[in-house]
Amino acid sequence: MYAWIWRHLPGQWPLKTAAAAALVAVLATVLWYVAFPWLEPKVQFDRGVINTPSAPATPDRR
Amino acid sequence: MRIAIRGLGELCITAGLVLLLFVTYELWGTGRYTHQQQDRLGKELLNNWRSQRVTTEHVKLGSGLAMIRIPRFGTKYKYVIVEGVDLADLRKGPGHYPGSAMPGQIGNFVVSGHRTTYSAPFNRAAELRDGDQILIDTRDKQYVYKVTGRKVVQPTTVEVTAAVPFKPKDKPTKRLITLTTCNPKYSAAQRLIIFGELSAELPRRA
Repeated sequence: MYAWIWRHLPGQWPLKTAAAAALVAVLATVLWYVAFPWLEPKVQFDRGVINTPSAPATPDRR
Repeated sequence: MRIAIRGLGELCITAGLVLLLFVTYELWGTGRYTHQQQDRLGKELLNNWRSQRVTTEHVKLGSGLAMIRIPRFGTKYKYVIVEGVDLADLRKGPGHYPGSAMPGQIGNFVVSGHRTTYSAPFNRAAELRDGDQILIDTRDKQYVYKVTGRKVVQPTTVEVTAAVPFKPKDKPTKRLITLTTCNPKYSAAQRLIIFGELSAELPRRA
């Protein structure tokens, strides 16, 4: 996979390295600002609330 | 065959790196949101305190209610307590259980907060010792609570949030505070509960 990407990047190695770094940066940014904020509420592992069965305002959505 | 195995290996390494980045996001990236919200809520709260009192003061879910300071955690330790303990509320800061007593009132002022992630307001809760101060600033007064005990309980132990902890049917006579957070750190298997009682009332500090 990575070898295939490397072969398809344009130019000689300096340009290829720059393009690869840019790709990684774009991927990390998309993950950090889009994918992770969406995913985070679904895998919450830190919840300090005592689950009150009588209070519907605090359902256990862990 | 070799290509397939290599591709699988590369995928696994990539997945590992993405997971590492996600853990980094959970532990530190989520705090940025909390800081933004705390700045906003803090300003709102101060403006609200400076303005004229409305006759029926009712705090809306998700908005600021009081300021908490815990000297044991340093002089800079300060959070706006929001009303409500939904996921969205606790992302903004420590949350007050709706229906439990308000600061300074007879009964139990119950506050929940993150132990890790989202700026982790109660990260160091286990360091609190008996006699440590918990300062709650409201519009009129600063309520000084002193820690009286702590306990690790199951997540379903609702008795700790009762007006008289562990005696849900008793009529409250004392002015108590209860902090709840996750235990152990990075898990939600149990809850760490800090109990305290009002010891003094001082003029408000902004």
